[in-house]
Amino acid sequence: MPDEFQADRRAAVAGLLPAVSPVRRLDPAGRLTSDEADYPAPSDTLLTRAYEAMVIGRRLDAQCTALARQGRIAAFPSSLGQEACEVGAALSLRPTDWLFPTYRDSTALITRGVDPLEVLTPVRGYGHCGYDPYATRCAPMATPLATQASHAVGLAVAARRRGEDLVAMVLLGDGATSEGDFHEAVNFAAVFAAPVVFLIQNNQYAISVPLRRQSAAPALAYKGVGYGARSEQVDGNDVLAVLAVLAAAIEHARSGLGPVLVEAHTYRMGPHTSTDDPSRYRDEAETELWRARDPISRLEAYLAGRGLVDVAGTARRAETGAADLRRQVAGEVSVDPASIFDHVYAAPPPSVAQQRSALRAELAEPLSSNGGRP
Amino acid sequence: MTETMPAPAPAAVRPGAGGRPPDGTPTSENRTMVEALGAALRDAMAADDRVVVFGEDVGALGGVFRVTSGLRDAFGDERCFDTPLAEAGIVGFAVGMAMYGSRPVVELQFDAFAYPAFEQIVSHVAKMSARTAGRVRLPIVLRIPYGGGIGAVEHHSDSSEAYYAHTAGLKVVTPSTPADAYVLLRAAIDDPDPVVFLEPKRLYWNRSPQPDVDVPPAPLGRAAVRRAGQDVTLITYGPAVPLALAAAQAAAGRGWSVEVVDLRTLVPFDDETVVASVRRTGRALVVHEASGFAGMGAEIAARVSERCFHSLAAPILRVTGFDVPYPPPKLEQHHLPGVARILGALGRLQWDDQPDTYWLAGPPPGDRR
Repeated sequence: MPDEFQADRRAAVAGLLPAVSPVRRLDPAGRLTSDEADYPAPSDTLLTRAYEAMVIGRRLDAQCTALARQGRIAAFPSSLGQEACEVGAALSLRPTDWLFPTYRDSTALITRGVDPLEVLTPVRGYGHCGYDPYATRCAPMATPLATQASHAVGLAVAARRRGEDLVAMVLLGDGATSEGDFHEAVNFAAVFAAPVVFLIQNNQYAISVPLRRQSAAPALAYKGVGYGARSEQVDGNDVLAVLAVLAAAIEHARSGLGPVLVEAHTYRMGPHTSTDDPSRYRDEAETELWRARDPISRLEAYLAGRGLVDVAGTARRAETGAADLRRQVAGEVSVDPASIFDHVYAAPPPSVAQQRSALRAELAEPLSSNGGRP
Repeated sequence: MTETMPAPAPAAVRPGAGGRPPDGTPTSENRTMVEALGAALRDAMAADDRVVVFGEDVGALGGVFRVTSGLRDAFGDERCFDTPLAEAGIVGFAVGMAMYGSRPVVELQFDAFAYPAFEQIVSHVAKMSARTAGRVRLPIVLRIPYGGGIGAVEHHSDSSEAYYAHTAGLKVVTPSTPADAYVLLRAAIDDPDPVVFLEPKRLYWNRSPQPDVDVPPAPLGRAAVRRAGQDVTLITYGPAVPLALAAAQAAAGRGWSVEVVDLRTLVPFDDETVVASVRRTGRALVVHEASGFAGMGAEIAARVSERCFHSLAAPILRVTGFDVPYPPPKLEQHHLPGVARILGALGRLQWDDQPDTYWLAGPPPGDRR
């Protein structure tokens, strides 16, 4: 092969490869590291916003876990320990951008401004997606893993062709990178040079299965390289690094250079959901190791050292938010059972209309005279 | 991406329009189903610049069946484009485009090659409207060439309609004539709901094999009576319609007057037309290529017996493919319903008031059904 061809290839690969070790700006004690100066530092304003959102997000997350234990809501997938990723993702986006979250991304949605009560609609059991995707520019939380990734690609391409410069960000877990939909979406994004950022929150577990049983890749970030997507890995418990890396990724995507895949190394401190029991598959010692890398205490130490943090005030606001949520969730919701027929089709075909009438008759007259017909 | 080419004027082809245009474009009277489908896509793209066509090989090649032939040249690479070879990705991409205002018309190359997209279709395409309380609607058309009878190797001949018909939120359409292919595809593209548009590939190259009864352009959900009759209603759709008409013709020679109902859309199901016919004839036979067990025929037989029980002189019978994986091409004619099997089933509709013992004793010796 000609030398210049090989040199081109080497340059192309080098432009895609992630850093050898995750990008980090704050060590676990909250001290600035000296490395990775090629990413501009996030502003103090952004960091104080991130701190506030992380504390509030964690408090609401704890509130939701408590509500699930009380049986007020269904099994809740906590993102405890992943606040730097959740908040970092939400704060990196412009209002015109789109977020494609999973079921574990309540904190990202709330940080983006979605009403917490609407975020909880699925686990409250009254509906599926509680918020308006167009008003919030947040897709419904995806439960089937990685299936929302290709939606983000299609939406981003459609928007670009309309001359809009929005970016779509997909949130994924480590387990989702084993799904075919993930690979197809990254490939499509690269082929169409779509303005999409894939953020993998590698929280080390897919329910009970640890990362080493999920993938033999040196890092999940390398999964982007084979598709021609620029890739990076970052300390997912360091919000300075997460914000810096995501800002660059979004800028890259927005400027038409194609998608970026970012792997954030983090840890799911809690169970998969409130019905899970992590003691069956992991050691407490491991959890303790990650507790020492906590994203909030790390940021708090850094900001406190610079006099930029109002710990008591933030905690107070978080408590207020939790109390509001408790009060709201306690309220009863009245939903018309026949509404299950409302949006199956734009206009109900005769068979759907007929079944709706049958249900209405049943509701009007329990054990009624409909002859036992469904 | 290249810039969009100027869109051509809508082709002068309309169902029922007579005369061959000076440019030699096939008219509705002489075109094949492939040409009719292509005309529908072309006209829909010209009428609405939100309509985009994509899938595998739909660009330069014009599709493996040539349905999309010429669309890329006419409308440019942003309106008609090839995708990577990944059906889940294709349908997921369509979901995203539809969320942002496009009206994707996707080609999934063959029935069995659509299965990788099944999760996207069932969990997202079908449910998005209900999941979002109607805020996000997905006006997507999934075109799927389906069915057998073309001598293809395995995985190219499945009748997959029951999977889609079973999934609430989807509309399921299948034409049986070139004229209907045009009308139904235009209606599917205009429809606010996602539509699985099943194209019977054995009829792709047919040129009006049967008289096109006047079918006015209408929203989806109306069946058509293809042949009027008094004694029995033969309910069928898609690839089995020409077969049903041939069987009805043969049955006339035996003194049975068979009414043939072409469903055209499986979902929504046109109970009204079917029920009116069966109540009048008093007998019903369902014919389709797909395996019978838990298939469309089971649903149709149940619906008709629920609604027409007191009009029925005989149980509703089904003539379907066997409950086997689609056979190799040299054997497919034994699997697919044929005129003889349909005539055999017609004969078992208790014309002499004697009970049908077929299911007790099996077919009589020499029975060729």
